[in-house]
Parts: sequence; structure tokens; C-alpha cells
Amino acid sequence: MIPLTYWLMAAMLTPLLGALVISRLDKLPDYREAVTLVTASILFSINVYLFNHLDADSSAQFTIAEPIEGLAISFVLNQFGLMFALIASGLWIATSIYAIGYMRAHHEKNQTRFFTLFAVAIAGVMAVAFSENLFTLFIFYEFLTVSTYPLVTHAGTREAKRGGRKYILILMGTSILFFLPAMIWVYYLADTLTFTSGGILAGHADPKWVLPLLLMFILGISKAGVMPFHKWLPAAMVAPTPVSALLHAVAVVKAGVFSLVKVVVFIFGTDFITESGANQILLWFPIITIVLASLIALSKDNLKERLAYSTISQLSYIVLGALLATQQAVIGAGMHIAMHAFGKIALFFAAGAILVTMHKKLVSDLNGMGRAMPLTFTVFTIGTLSIIGIPLFGGMWSKWYLLSGALSFEQNAVLYWTVLGALTLSTLLNVYYLLSIPVRAFFFTNPSYTVIKEAPKACLIGMAIPTFVTLYLFFDPSIFYGLSLSLTGS
Amino acid sequence: MNEQLTILLVVVPLMIAPITALFKSHTISWILTAIVSFTSLILSFIILFDVIDGSHVIYELGGWRPPWGIEYKIDSLNAFIALIVSAIACLSTIFAWQSVPKEINENNYGLFYAALQLCLLGLLGIALTGDIFNLFVFLEISSLSSYALISMGRSRKALTAAFSYLILGTIGATFFLIGVGFLYAASGSLNIADIATRFSTFADMQLVMTGFIFILLGLGLKAAIFPMHSWLPNAYGHAPSVVSIFLSATATKVSIYVLIRVLFDLYPVAYWQALLLPQILLVLGCVGVIYGSFRAWQQVELKRLLAFSSVAQIGYIIIGISLLNNDGITASVMHLFNHALIKATLFMGAGIILYRTNTTKLSELRGFGGSMPWTFAAIVLAGLSLIGVPGTVGFVTKWYLLSGAIAQGKWIVVVAILAGSVLAIAYVWKIVEAMYFNSKRKMVIQNVKSGDINLAKAPISLSLALWIGAAGCLYFGLYTELPYQSAQSIATALLSSEVAQ
Repeated sequence: MIPLTYWLMAAMLTPLLGALVISRLDKLPDYREAVTLVTASILFSINVYLFNHLDADSSAQFTIAEPIEGLAISFVLNQFGLMFALIASGLWIATSIYAIGYMRAHHEKNQTRFFTLFAVAIAGVMAVAFSENLFTLFIFYEFLTVSTYPLVTHAGTREAKRGGRKYILILMGTSILFFLPAMIWVYYLADTLTFTSGGILAGHADPKWVLPLLLMFILGISKAGVMPFHKWLPAAMVAPTPVSALLHAVAVVKAGVFSLVKVVVFIFGTDFITESGANQILLWFPIITIVLASLIALSKDNLKERLAYSTISQLSYIVLGALLATQQAVIGAGMHIAMHAFGKIALFFAAGAILVTMHKKLVSDLNGMGRAMPLTFTVFTIGTLSIIGIPLFGGMWSKWYLLSGALSFEQNAVLYWTVLGALTLSTLLNVYYLLSIPVRAFFFTNPSYTVIKEAPKACLIGMAIPTFVTLYLFFDPSIFYGLSLSLTGS
Repeated sequence: MNEQLTILLVVVPLMIAPITALFKSHTISWILTAIVSFTSLILSFIILFDVIDGSHVIYELGGWRPPWGIEYKIDSLNAFIALIVSAIACLSTIFAWQSVPKEINENNYGLFYAALQLCLLGLLGIALTGDIFNLFVFLEISSLSSYALISMGRSRKALTAAFSYLILGTIGATFFLIGVGFLYAASGSLNIADIATRFSTFADMQLVMTGFIFILLGLGLKAAIFPMHSWLPNAYGHAPSVVSIFLSATATKVSIYVLIRVLFDLYPVAYWQALLLPQILLVLGCVGVIYGSFRAWQQVELKRLLAFSSVAQIGYIIIGISLLNNDGITASVMHLFNHALIKATLFMGAGIILYRTNTTKLSELRGFGGSMPWTFAAIVLAGLSLIGVPGTVGFVTKWYLLSGAIAQGKWIVVVAILAGSVLAIAYVWKIVEAMYFNSKRKMVIQNVKSGDINLAKAPISLSLALWIGAAGCLYFGLYTELPYQSAQSIATALLSSEVAQ
């Protein structure tokens, strides 16, 4: 039998090898797309294999280099990381199917470059997921930023260039300005950066330093989209829709919150944060982001921008859950990474399908379109309902745990009510700004939409996958619940 | 037996350079240069492995005992600098094979290569000698030959650039010489180790301090430490590609090496600490980082942009020295190596662009990335190293520099370093953006005969040299043993000599 370590290596090398082959197949688009699909399927199978062999007190770990004494670039099989890897690789299959339909119908140029870099970015996501220490995570966090830049600016227009500039400056700038010194500071205090259950800072650092240090991490990991450094995400919406769907609703933004949750749980440790009381001040960041981003989303007429602000708001749910630092809230945060991913990617797929068939970008143009594209808008409705957190859809469970986590937060009465108020308000706003879209599409009448005209078949198949998963997760969320449990140390 | 090897490092180029000057043929002069640079590289490697554990190799010229005779006393710092210089010389030589015939007048091949070898000789000599006057002689050899090299650039601006470098370089060297003269008047010796051991007997003479300030100003000018950097952007911007590569990676580095020697081995650390020099250097370094990065961001021409970025990178090295702790000095010494590698790679990229398109104006390079993806990829890789993205050489330096500053509690320095890095993102991305996106206009290529085969693809020797550099940026970012161990042993030696006095 092949040791698990090799499977772990394969999880990172498969997409890279795939990228290599894809880049050579410029002249044979059909084979190129086949290679993408096969690579995605192999990667997903590898992750499933790792998942199945997780329990038998297995440990898989390997190191590739040690550039700074005591700090190695190494990877380890861990439950929380595996959850992220499973989501990203599973949705890569759906996105690849969808992208084949989308890119061809939209007559995009440079499709080989697109599919190649997509695979490279996925390799970066796998590396982030399986990082053994904060240093390795930081390296591949930056790798992800750089490798997705050409995807964001794919169109090559002036607007794309401007968006790309914002993307790279905010993401890389904040990470060097805040994330890097915070990491060095932690290393200086604790003499290690290995992710350890219960944290590494307790006993090494004065609790009064938790506030500035954790603040630097929150500002530095701007992929999590916490205000004030959230502007890169709307700017990244100039990218083709499959990129927005997989990278800017799942892979890149989730890499951000994933890193932040890792830092909170495995670097600081939830007990240490509660003890220091720093979260009572820092909680205001996600609270304000949740409410403000929802309000901004309300004012956006451009569909993709509205979805982007909705993502910003939803990401802060996860940050909120981590910072509440109670057991239920942290589980909720972990599960929300999964639940939001499936819901939001369905919404983006639907938005792309509308763009590619009807060439409409604005919400106000969607009146009555449900008659012409019933399947697309059904997907959109299901995604919306899941994100709102209505029963029958997976999104309910993460909200359930987040809310019960908030209810058990007892340190500060004002905060307690503010958190509950913010969650309620944001849910109501969700209903308003997301649900109003299918309502317009189905119940308004518009004489120009009478004949059914759906998106290409590949797009429809791609859209169906996350939609069914969302439904399935309501009945059986145990996979993601089990993997999130590792965050609580049990 | 290895003592003899040290002198060979200087003797080999000294013997071959005049021979090279006699030939007109490009092939022969190139082969001779290649022999010189690769021999130097091998010799430097052997010597470095002998001394990396902290021991010394001593060679006395002509058998005269120091302090009367000239002595070469090689420790790991000497050997490390010699390695950097000769490694860059090898890269430049590979690059020169196809670049020189295009850029240099065909009557001057022999002279060009001879001057290049003499410049190498001068820099190696500075790195090896333990005699401060001998050091001045080598400094002048390298400077004079570099003026000649720069003036051979294609545009006429190269002449004025070389001339202004000549004026400022001579002022710098003269200041250095005056300083050495004062020190000699006070101490009666020119041997660095000898002066250092007897320093306390003449420490309170006014002459010693005057000499110190003269030496410092002279070296500051040669090393282009802010605000004495004004010659650098023009000189590097207009020089022939090979010369830009070689000088940008080595000339200022060697001057900084001399500065380190003067500060740690010639004068006792406590002496200049009392003069508030660490604080002054710290401020100059920080301002240099910000100013250089900002000016780089403003440039519209690639080579000048890279030159201003050098001013900023020298600032990082100065900051590391002024921190006066193990991490800081390790960072500085490693950055001598890392920055040499990064800047050489970037200038090689610029050289290939110049070779192909006859321009390095950013506005005229639209779509270049699409037509030369591999060259572009190497430039991006080196650019990311310049920013300090983890996994590249630039990151390792920045890590040690930041931990040195944090350990000293100097938060202003941390802020300056980080602000410089963010500005670095801005100016590197300016290059990337300029080349990555296609323009509606077709790329304009001037002064090329139609059907010129060189337009089709980058010549092999140029790409080879470029990719050795780019691979180095990545390799030494992951496997840091060689530069780290050398830098560590150097830092220990420098800081322990401070304790000893």
C-alpha cells in the first residue's frame, strides 16, 4: 500500500502536472478540456481517499525546504485543511464543466492560459489547505495572489487592468504590511510557527499584546474581506464568471478566512483570546462589515458586484464565529466555509449564465427573465435560500451553530445583543437584496421573454452540481460537521 | 597550499587582461574572459569552503611580513564577497557572448573585454587585501575601468553619464585616500589588523577622527548611499547591458564591503558608536529605502527604474549594518548576495529586451510578455524577489532584517522596511503591467533591418544566463545554506571582534 504521505504530495502535484499538460494543448481545445476534467476528478478522488483514511491515527507529513533556520516549508494532513481541500477540488470539477460552456459561448481569448492558470491556482489552494505552519501558509497565500492575477485581468481591458492593480496592491500590500510583521512577531515570542491545537502563544506572550497582534492578522489577511480592506473583491469582478465563481466565492476568499480561523484557533488558541478580552474590541470589525456590506450590496445594480458585497458580508460571519471563540461559534465558522461555498458558487454560475445567454449585467434588466431561463433562476433561488439560511438547504446548519455560539457568548452584554442584532439584520437584508432578484425574474412580466432560451448545456450541468449538494447537505451535514469539530480540539 | 590560490585570483586577470587587449577578434577575447571568470569562480569556491568555519588563510606578498609587507588575510567575509563578484562575472560573461557584438563597436572588442577583466581584478583585489592602501589601488583599478566600460554604451548619453561618474567617483576615491593618509599619519601603519590592534594608542588624536569622516564620505559616494547616489541611475541606465549587469550587482556591493571592514575591523565599534553613527546610518538607510523606491516608481524607463531600486536596496543593507545585532548583519551580508542575484537577473532581462526591441521605455513594451513569455516569466520571478515575496531570496533577507529590527524594538525601521516593500510592489507591478497587457498599437521596433533573425527569438546565451539567475532567485530562496552559513559566520566574526576590543 502507498503511504499516505505520497497521497498528500499527489494532492499538490496533480493540479501542477495537469497545468503542464494543459499548457501544451493550445491547438487541441477538446483534449485540453478533457485533461482539465480528468485532473479535477483525480484530485477530488485523492482528497476523498485521504478523507477515508483519516481516522486510523494516520499521520502524513513532509518537508520540502527549510529556508530559515527552524522554519520549514512543510505540509501535514489535517482535518480542517482537508475540508477546505475537499470543497475546492469538488467545486473545481463543477466549475470546469461550467467553464467549458461559458468560455466557448462567450468567445473568450487565451483559453489555454485561462485553464492552465486555473489549475496552478488550485495547486496553491491545496498547499494552503495542508500547510503545517503559518510560514508555509503565508508563502502559498502570496502564491495564490500572484497566480490569480492573470485570471482577474483576463479581459485585458483598461477596466481589467485597473481592477488588477487594486487586486494586487491591496492583497499583497496588506499581507506585507501587517501579516508578515505579525508573523515575525509571533515567531519572536513563541519561537515556533507550527499550528498546534490550543495555540502556541499562551504562556509566551503577555495577554495585552493579543489585541494589536490579532488586529494585524485581521488587517493583514485581507483575502478574508474584512473592512476596510475589502475593495479588492468588487474590483476582481472584472474577471470571467468561472473565476469569480470558484476563486472569488470559494478558493481565494475562503483561503483568507481559512487562514484567519487557523491563526485564531491554532496560533492564539480560543481560550487565550477569551482570557485576554481582545475579541471584545475586535468583534466590531466583522459586525460592522456584515451590516455595511449588506447595505452596500443593496445599492448595487450590477449583479456580480452585488454578489461580491454579499460575499464580503458572509465572509465576516466566519470571522465573527472565530472571534466569538466559543465552541459552537468556531464550529459554525468552519461549517460556514463549506455551506457558503456551495450556495454562492450556484449564484455566480447563474449570474454567468444570464450574462452569456442574455448579455445582461444589471439587476434592473432581469424583470420577467425567469420565463425564459427557468432552470437558471431555480438554481439562483435555491442558492439564495441556502445563503439566507432557510431550512431544507445546507446553509441553515452553519447559521444554526453560529447563532447558538453567539448565544453562549457571555463576556459582554452589549456585544451579545449587538452580535445577535447584526446577524438578524443581515439575514433580513439578505432576503431583501438577494431574494428580490428571483422574485423580479419570476413574477414581473416582460413581453420580450416568452421563449425558453437557456445557457449552454455544459453550464447547466455545472450549475446543477452545487445546487444538489446544497440540498443534500441539509439532510446530512455530518461530513463538514465532523471535520469542523477538529477546531475545538476534540 | 591554498594560500597560493588567493593570489591567483588577482594574478590571473592581471596577466590575461593585457593579452586580451591585443586581440580584435570577438571570439578569442570572449574565450579569454570566460577563462578568467570561471577560474575565479572555482578559486573563490575553494577558498570559501576553507574558511567558512571561521578560520583564516593568510598570504604574504613577496614574503614580506606584515605590517611592512602587503598581507592577504582571508576570512569568510572576504571569500564570500569574492564568490559574489566572480559568480556575477561568470553570468555576465555568458550573457556577453551574443550581447556584446550587438552593442559594442567592433573595433573595441578587445579593449572592452580587457576593461571588464580589469574591473573584475579590481573588485576581487578589494575583496581580498588586508592592506588599506593596497585596497585603494584596487578601488582605482576597478573604478577607472568601469568609467571606460560605461562610456562604451550605445547612446551618446553614456559619455556624459560616464563623465559625471568619473568626477564623483574620483572625488570619492580621493576622499578615501585623504582619510587613509590621515590614518597613516596617526598610526604609522597601513595594515588593517595592525591598525586595529594598536588603535587605543592613538585613538584620541583629532587626525584619526578627521580621517574616519573622509573615509566614510568617500565610501558613501562609491557605494551610492543616499543622498550620495546621484551618479548611479545615469551610469547604470546608459551603460552597455553587460556592464549594467556586472556593475549593478558588484560595484556598490564591494564598496559596502569596504565600509563593513572599516566599521568593524579598522575602527572599534565603540569609537563610532560614540559619534552617533549607527543612528545616522539608520536614518539614511530608511530614507534611502523610501526615496529610492518612490523614485523607481516614478520612472518610465526600465533600466533607470532598476537603478533607482538599487538605491533603495542599498538602504536595506545599510539598515542591517546599523542595527548592530546578529540578525541585522546576517541580513545585510545575505542581501549583498541576494540583491546581486536579483539585480543581475533583472538587468539581464532588460538586456534581452534591449537586444530584441532596441528600447527599454516601458510605454513601448506593450505586449512584450506575450511575444516572449519565458523571458517575461524570468523578469516577473526576479521582480517578485525584489518585493520579497516568500519562497524567493528577497524574502529571506527581509525576514532577518525585520526580526533584527523587532529584537531592537526599532518600530520606525519596521515601518520603513514595510513601506519600502509596498512601494516595491507598485514599481515592480508597473513593469509587469507594461509588458503583460497587449496594446492596440503594434509594438514598435526600431533600427532593425527587415528579416533580421534576432527578432524572432531571444538568443540562447542571453536566455541561458537569464534563467540561471532566475533559478538562483528561487533556489537560494528555498535552500539557503550557502549564503546563510557564510553570513552567519561573518556576523559572528564581526560582532566578536567588537567584543574583543
